Amino acid sequence: MKVTIDNITLDVEPGTSILQAARQIGPEVAPPAMCYYEPLKGTGGKCRACLVKVTAGSEKDPRPMPKLVPSCITQVQEGMVVENTISQQVLDARKGVVEFLLINHPLDCPICDQAGECHLQDFSYEHGSVQTRYEEDRRTFEKEDFGPYIQLHMTRCILCYRCVYVADQLTPERVHGVMNRGDHSEISTYIAKAVDNEFSGNMIDVCPVGALTDKTYRFKNRVWFTKPVEAHRDCPKCSGKVTLWYRGDEVIRVTGRKNQWGEVLEFICNDCRFEKKKTSDWVIEGPSAVKRASVISANKYGANLTKPSFPLKQAALEYKKLDEGRDTSQLGIQPVPQERFEKLLPPAE
Amino acid sequence: MQLTNRSKKIDKREMTLAERLYIPAVTKGLAITISHFFRKKPTIQYPEQKRYLGPIFRGQHILKRDEQGRERCTACGLCAVACPAEAISMVSAERKKGEEHLYREEKYAAVYEVNQLRCIFCGLCEEACPKEAIYLQHDKFLPAFTERDEVIWGKDKLVENMDNRYLREGWK
Repeated sequence: MKVTIDNITLDVEPGTSILQAARQIGPEVAPPAMCYYEPLKGTGGKCRACLVKVTAGSEKDPRPMPKLVPSCITQVQEGMVVENTISQQVLDARKGVVEFLLINHPLDCPICDQAGECHLQDFSYEHGSVQTRYEEDRRTFEKEDFGPYIQLHMTRCILCYRCVYVADQLTPERVHGVMNRGDHSEISTYIAKAVDNEFSGNMIDVCPVGALTDKTYRFKNRVWFTKPVEAHRDCPKCSGKVTLWYRGDEVIRVTGRKNQWGEVLEFICNDCRFEKKKTSDWVIEGPSAVKRASVISANKYGANLTKPSFPLKQAALEYKKLDEGRDTSQLGIQPVPQERFEKLLPPAE
Repeated sequence: MQLTNRSKKIDKREMTLAERLYIPAVTKGLAITISHFFRKKPTIQYPEQKRYLGPIFRGQHILKRDEQGRERCTACGLCAVACPAEAISMVSAERKKGEEHLYREEKYAAVYEVNQLRCIFCGLCEEACPKEAIYLQHDKFLPAFTERDEVIWGKDKLVENMDNRYLREGWK
């Protein structure tokens, strides 16, 4: 099926959603997703972060769709034309979505353990406005313990339902869910019952914000001071493929491996996540690839140093060829070949 | 050979009687000396007296407390990641029940250390701080240290004293 997203046409399988098609093109075109989570069935359609504009419904019926559609649950049709980042209407709508998601968010990022790998942080940084217009009191909840490993900060929750799907699809029985309605709805275990099953820790990984956090990692360190390392072990319950987060020589956190979109590749069990925190428990594969723009790669000089374009351009403009005609015989130096400079400098415009 | 026009030609003629008496020359010299007694002194008696360094001088670090005396720092680590010299390190801890009068937020810095040999007083930590906790005082130099173990400053030296609060121009 042919579909055009942001003027880029590609062929996709029938039944693909617009979001997945856009992800095939790349991260520049892919709409942000807060609630959609590919490994979990039935997710999506709740947060409205991925709204896109469909300017032509299909080849047969090229009329535009009357409203913006959520791209994660809308399937592509032959000849569909989608506008994501090139449509001002979509960007304005997303600004509104950020504002709504942040209405009750406490914005306690300096305290929150998720800061630095938080999807809501990224989303509001890229699409939100700097100031809030909200003046009323934000809703507040007490902190809640989900057993010995997981802590719930309901104030930070954006009700994406991902953790509920994890409990439904990975574990034999679900003991938590969303209570009440509207503004009062909250994730809870009803009578403060502990969530204890083998795979409950995956709730932490799928949570796009810092609502569900690892108690064994609580306030241990900031994400950008830890080093992610890929490792595996023989685990009878799960695949055992994880990312270890080091502070010095100490493993302070274990998470599942995540792909480019922040989705867990393979869910891991609680044993791997919470109990095995020694290097000797694991077989180290190597350091994880960290995106250059990520804060996790901050403070590491050298290879990932980005050179700003302006000084490079300026250097290219002002570069003057050395006068090779002058007498250098007495200086005892070799003239540096021209090619060595040309490689370093970008072409002048 | 004359290189510049600034050099004076020496007058090698015989001195007159008035010149040989030296009195007018000595009086002239003394008058210059005495006139300097009545001018404004360019020097100050440091360290008893100190000069005003301006409102944006970056001196000794301070970890501010809020109006109720609670520490503002929440150990978010942004100062440490902003620090180009990697001088700041911290260990965070969770506030316990009954400590609400000591720390403003749920999390606080149990250890906060500035390595003063590394610090270059650039003020980026001050800019990065979301909680208005760390400041470089505009009116205080870092005292000199003579021993290696005086170099790393912990919270005992950094946290603001409520009896002697640090205030800056423009603050309430």
